[in-house]
Order: sequence, then C-alpha cells, then structure tokens
Amino acid sequence: MASTDSDPDTEAPVPSALKILVAGGFGAGKTTLVGAVSEIAPLSTEEVMTEASYGIDDLSGVEAKTTTTVALDFGRITINESLVLYLFGTPGQERFWFMWEELSEGALGAVVIADTRRLETCFAAVDFFERRGVPFVVAVNCFEGAHEYASDEVREALSLSPEIPVILCDARERESAKQVLSTLVNRVAERVTA
Amino acid sequence: MQAHDEIEPDDLRNGGSRRDVVGGYGDEIGHDEAGPLVRPYVIAQGREHADTVRLDMISVVIAAKRVEVDEMELEPEQLRILELCRRPQSVAEVSAHLDIPVAVVKVLLSDLLNRGLALARAPYQAKSPVSRDVLQAVLDGIHRL
Repeated sequence: MASTDSDPDTEAPVPSALKILVAGGFGAGKTTLVGAVSEIAPLSTEEVMTEASYGIDDLSGVEAKTTTTVALDFGRITINESLVLYLFGTPGQERFWFMWEELSEGALGAVVIADTRRLETCFAAVDFFERRGVPFVVAVNCFEGAHEYASDEVREALSLSPEIPVILCDARERESAKQVLSTLVNRVAERVTA
Repeated sequence: MQAHDEIEPDDLRNGGSRRDVVGGYGDEIGHDEAGPLVRPYVIAQGREHADTVRLDMISVVIAAKRVEVDEMELEPEQLRILELCRRPQSVAEVSAHLDIPVAVVKVLLSDLLNRGLALARAPYQAKSPVSRDVLQAVLDGIHRL
C-alpha cells in the first residue's frame, strides 16, 4: 500500500499542538462554537475514563473504580506549518471534573460558554478554571430572546473578578467565535506579560 | 525508548484472554455478523499504562517513512493507524477517525513509537510560559479564518 517513492516526505516537520477548551453546560453551544471556527467538521472521540468511586474509605486499601465513557467533540485550526490549535468541547457536567483535570493540563486557556437561560450550568467550569489558574473568558451565547442580559449582569451573577473578559457572542457565527478566541488569546498574552 | 518494551508482542500478561492471532475471538463466539465485538482492551493486549510512552490527546503523530513494517507483528488497528498517520494527526483525531477510545489509541501508538514505526511530537505545554511569538501566531491564525 505504501509506495515509498510517491509519498510526500513523511518525516517533514511534525507540527506541535496547542489546545483551548470550550466548556459550558449541556446545550450551551460548545460544539456550535467549535464548529464555527474549525477547519474540519467537529470530530467526536470517546474517552474511557477510570475514576475512583466516591464514598469508599481507604481502610481496606482496595481501590474501587468505575469506568465512564465520555464523548468529546473537537475541532482544529491550522495556525501554520509548525503549529496546530485544537479546540475541545468539554463535558459540562460537574461529575466529569476528573476529565477536565486531564484536559486542562497544558491548555492555553478556556472559553466558558454561558447560557443565560441556565447560568448555573457554568458555575462548575468557572470555579474549576479559577482554581486551576487556567486563563479563561466567559462568552455569553445570545440565543434568541436571551438578549435581556447584559455582560455586567452575567459577570455579577458568576461573581467574576473584573479582569476576566465577558463577551456577548453568537456561537453559530464564525466572526463572533473568532472574536471570542482572540479575546482569550489576548487575555493569555496579558498574563504572560504580567 | 524504554528497554522494557522490547518484549514479544504476544507476551502472556493477558493470559486469560483467548484472543486469536488476527485480533478477534475466532469462532468460539459465533457472532460473525455482529461486527466489532472485540473489547478495546483486548486490542491493546491488556497492557497497562505503565509500559506506554506518555502521549497526550494532542500529541501529533506521523508514520515513519522508509521503515520496514512487518505487518504480521502488528495489530490490524496499528496498521490502520500507520495508514492514517501518513499525514500528521493528533491522538484525538486518530481516535475519532478510527473509532477507538483515546486510551487504547495511546497504547497502540506507544507500541508503534517503541518499534520506531511512528514519531510523535509532544504538545506545546502552556505551563512553560507560552512565548509572545506563539501567541501572536495563534492570533494571526484566528484572524485569517
């Protein structure tokens, strides 16, 4: 199958990858935002995770573990020949915290999508990124009829510190999604300088 | 790479599994119409994470060029991975395209890396402060979309 002569030089520089996480409650628009900017249709991968069960004490020394299958949607943006950016839509539910742990390792930053119809669904994500020191921005996805919220109100409701950007967006629109990502990267840059 | 990976591929650590040579259960479970019934961890030969190269979800992998591939020594899934990775792919992409869980892809890939059949590039670690140049490149890339 591999005709060595006609292949492009396969050992050409392998790009290095960066990732940005897109978090938010179920149906908040994570995959929509990823799809709006990704150069490929968002892919879905299943991760089988093992987690220690709750409520088991350590006395026995026996580890009780359960496995959970979590679907992850992601997209890709080729930055240049040596850099690829991946966007991962991260499962919103709090019980997947163990997965965020792995995903957030080495992440450039995160976008938390706030669904104004159910603001409480992004509390866990905001809390997680704050505690882990992962730079993030909050993108308020403006569903139809949800415009009555101003970004200030969202900021207040989520008790965000003033330096965390809150952006109104339409996750379906590429330009809007680009603005969200740019805001995040600028936020990361501020922290590098600081 | 790690010396302890120079073990026979069919080592006996997964002793309980009656897996046949081509990666299936053969005829003893007679559901030949039922498609892929092989559990992912059977494909991975029951290996633990201990002997795997540390791979991230976004490690980028590429098949090595001009190396002899002894197809008999590899799992069918590994051959598919090599085929797919003739262009650089992240672990997550391999998983999505081949419909194999990420954890299993990592095991199969680390075996390919240890055999010198594939190369991987570790992700850019944001822990070490990301350089301004990289951030600017990312911004430019986003604006170009």
